[in-house]
Amino acid sequence: MPSATPGDRLFGLALWGAALGVVAVFAWLFADLARLGLGALSWDFVTTAPENAGRAGGIAPILVSTLLILGVAVGVATPVGLGAAIWLNTYTRAGGHAGRRIRLALDGLAGMPSIVFGLFGNAFFSVTLGLGFSILSGGLTLAAMILPIFIRTVEAGLAAVDDGWRRGAAALGLSQSAALAHIVLPAAAPAIGAGLMLGIGRAAAETAALIFTSGYVDRMPESLSDSGRALAVHIYDLSMNVAGGDAHAAASALVLIALVAAANLLAVALSRRLLTRRLAL
Amino acid sequence: MPRSADTLLEPLTAAMAGISALLLIGMIGFLLAESWPALAHGNWLRFAGLAWYPLEGQFGLAAMGIATLAVAALAILLAAPLGLACALFARFQAPPALAGGFRGLLALMAGVPSVVYGFWGLTVLVPLVARWQPPGASLFTAGLVLALMILPTVALLAHAALAAVPRGLLDGAAALGLSRRTTLLKVAVPAARRGIVGGVLLGLARALGETMAVLMVAGNVVQLPASVFDPVRVLTANIALEMAYATDTHRAGLFVSGLLLALLALGLAWFAARLEPRHA
Amino acid sequence: MNPHTLGCIEAGTPCCVPTPHLSIKNLSVAYGETPVLSDVSLDIHKGCITALIGPSGCGKTSFLNALNRLTDLIPGARVDGSIRLHQDDGALDLLDPALDVLALRRRVGMIFQRPNPFPLSIRRNLELPLREHGVRRADALAYKIESALSDVGLWEEVRDRLDAPALALSGGQQQRLCIARARVLEPEILLMDEPCSALDPLASGVVEETIQSLAGRHTVVIVTHNLAQARRIGNYAAFFWMRERIGQLVEFGRCRQIFDAPVHPATAAYIGGMRG
Repeated sequence: MPSATPGDRLFGLALWGAALGVVAVFAWLFADLARLGLGALSWDFVTTAPENAGRAGGIAPILVSTLLILGVAVGVATPVGLGAAIWLNTYTRAGGHAGRRIRLALDGLAGMPSIVFGLFGNAFFSVTLGLGFSILSGGLTLAAMILPIFIRTVEAGLAAVDDGWRRGAAALGLSQSAALAHIVLPAAAPAIGAGLMLGIGRAAAETAALIFTSGYVDRMPESLSDSGRALAVHIYDLSMNVAGGDAHAAASALVLIALVAAANLLAVALSRRLLTRRLAL
Repeated sequence: MPRSADTLLEPLTAAMAGISALLLIGMIGFLLAESWPALAHGNWLRFAGLAWYPLEGQFGLAAMGIATLAVAALAILLAAPLGLACALFARFQAPPALAGGFRGLLALMAGVPSVVYGFWGLTVLVPLVARWQPPGASLFTAGLVLALMILPTVALLAHAALAAVPRGLLDGAAALGLSRRTTLLKVAVPAARRGIVGGVLLGLARALGETMAVLMVAGNVVQLPASVFDPVRVLTANIALEMAYATDTHRAGLFVSGLLLALLALGLAWFAARLEPRHA
Repeated sequence: MNPHTLGCIEAGTPCCVPTPHLSIKNLSVAYGETPVLSDVSLDIHKGCITALIGPSGCGKTSFLNALNRLTDLIPGARVDGSIRLHQDDGALDLLDPALDVLALRRRVGMIFQRPNPFPLSIRRNLELPLREHGVRRADALAYKIESALSDVGLWEEVRDRLDAPALALSGGQQQRLCIARARVLEPEILLMDEPCSALDPLASGVVEETIQSLAGRHTVVIVTHNLAQARRIGNYAAFFWMRERIGQLVEFGRCRQIFDAPVHPATAAYIGGMRG
C-alpha cells in the first residue's frame, strides 16, 4: 500500500501513538503493581495465613478458598454444560425452534452483570437453599456465570467434529452414546478444555458475584459450607478497607494475574490443538 | 455401550439444556420476588427520583442511573476510537512480529481482573487526579479506569473484524490509487463495521455492568454530578456497598436496582442480536 | 450392437445367485418438502455386485442411505414404500419404525465416498465396532482384525503399526481400512457410495481390486460414476435418471444387457456418452 502522502504519514504516526500510549499505560500499571507488591511476594506469602487483617502474613487460606470455589464452579458447570452442548449439537438443527430459544436464553445470561449474579446467588443459593455464606454458594453462583461461555465453546468444538466420523459411526451400528464417548467427545476434547479454562479465567477474576455468596472470612476453610474469601475479594478488602494493605493487595494482584493468565494461555493452546481431518490423498 | 444408554441420553442432555435455559428465567424470577416488597407499594415513579435515602423510604434511582450511563459513555468515548486505532495498528501498521506481541498484550490485559484495575485506579489515578481536580475519586476517574478495562475487548474484536476483510477489497482500493489513510478509514473500517460495532457493544455492556473498578474510584456519593470531577455512585456499586447491611424494604429496593440492571443488559443483548445477520 | 460400448467382463467366481436378497418396492425419498427419489422398484440379488449408475443428483445416494436407514439421521427425511431383507426365516421390513436399526447396520455395512477412519489408532478403528457389537475377547478381536486387514491387503502394510493413527495412512489405505472396518462385523450386504472417486487412479485401482475380491462373499450395492468400472465389476446394473427434478429408476438388468443392449433410449444415450 502506498504511504507517500503526508496525510498518510501523520495517520501512521497517530496509529503508532495510540498503540504506544496504550502499551505505556499498561506498562505503568504493571510497574506500579510490581513496585508495590514484589517485595511482599515470597514463598511464605503463598503458604501462610494472613495476619493483622492481611497487612502481614500470607494468603494461603485464601488460595485454598479460591481453589475450592473454582473447583465447585467447574465441578457443577462441566456436566451441566457438556450435557447442554451435547443436546444442542445432537438433537437440534441450526435453525430449529427449541435450539434457538435455548441459545437466546444463554446469550442473555452471558450479558448479565456480575453483581446481578451476586444478587441471584444470594437470594437463591444463600437464602432459599439455605447455604448461607459459603464456598458452595459462591461456587454455584460462579457455575451459573461461566455456563454460557462454556456451552458456547463446547458447542463450537462439537460442531467442528468431522461429520464423516459421525456418519461412519452410525453406519457401523454404533449407538449415539458410543459414538459420543469414543469418537466425538475425545475429538472435541481440546475445545472442552479451552472452554473450561476460559471459564476458570473468568471465575477467578470475579469479585462482585462472591461478596454476598461466599463471603469474607479469611480463615482456612474446613468444608464447603464454610465461608471463604476468594483472592479477588481479598484484594478488594485490602485496598478499600485496610489502611496499609496496599503492598499485600498488590502482591495478591500479581498472583491472581498469574493465575488468570495461565488459565487463558492454556485455553489458547488447547483451542489451537483442535483435531482437524488430515487426509493424505 | 448398552442401547439403554441411548434412551437415557436424550432426556438427560435435554434436562441439562433446560437447566441452563431456566437459569435466566430463574434469575429474573428471583430478582422480581426479592424486589416485590418494594414494588408492591405501587407508585413505581418514586424509583425515578433523585434522592436515595432507603432508610427513610426514598428509593430514587435516577441519580445513580444517570451516573451509570455517564461513566459508561465516557469509557466508551475513550475506548472505542483508541481501541479501533489499536486494531488498525495491529492489523495494518505494525510489523508482523510486533503485531503478534501487541495482541498478546491486549489478550493479557483483557484477562486482568477488574478489581486489579480498581486497585491501581485507587492507589495511583485517584491521587493523581486529586492533585489536578480534587477530590480525585470521581466520574472522570471511573471513566478512565473503565476505558482502560474495556479497551482490550474492543480492540481485539475490532481486530478480528478487520482481519476478516477480504484482501481483494484492499488491493482494489490500492489499485485505484487511494491513499493508505483513505483505504483504511473509508474501505476497511466500513467493511468491518459489523464486527467493530459488536466489539463496541460488548465493551459498553461490560462498562454498564462493572462493579468493582467503578466502586473503588468513583467516590460513591449519590448525586447528580455538576461536573465530571464530581464523585458519583453507580447502580452496581450501590448494590455492592449496601447489600451487606440492607434489610426488608431497603434490600428490596436494592433488588429493584438489580432488576433494572438485568433488564438493561437484556435489552443490550437483544439489540446486539438484532444487529447480527440472520442466518436463514 | 452399439459400436460405442465396451466388452462386459463377468465379475468374480460364480457365486452370484439370482435370488433377491433385498426387495425394494415403490421406494420414494423426500427431504422435507423436496422429493429426491420417486417410485423405485428393484431386487438386489444375493452375492452379486449391483452397480447404480446415472448422473449426479438422481437420488442414488439417497437410495443407498435408505437401505441402512441412515436417512434416520437427516432431519425431515421421509422414506415411503417398502424395503424387505430376505433371511432364512422370512423377510424383514426395513422401514418398520420399530426395527432395531443398530442391529440392521451390523448386517448392512457402508463405505463412504470420502474415507472416514476414526481419529483413533488402526487397531481401535476395527476394535470399536467389534466391541460395541459384543465381541470382547482379546483372541477373537485379534483374529477378526487380522483377517479383515488381510482381506483388503493391508495386513502386511500395517501389522507393525497397528497402534499408529489411522489418519496417517494414505487415502487409498484409509479407504481400504474403512472397507476392513465395515467387513469386520461380517455383514451380509455392503453399500458403497462412489468408494473410489476421492482417490487417485493408483489407489482407486487397488480399492477396485479389493471390491472385486469380495464378489460372492457379500451382496454389494455400489454407486459409481465410472461406467468402465461398473462394467468391469458389476453383475447387475441399475440406471437412474432425473425426470422433473426427481430421481427415477429407468432401467435395471444384468450388467451385460444394460451395457450392450440397453432397452430405454435414455440408458443408451447415457452409456453412449451423449448425455448426463
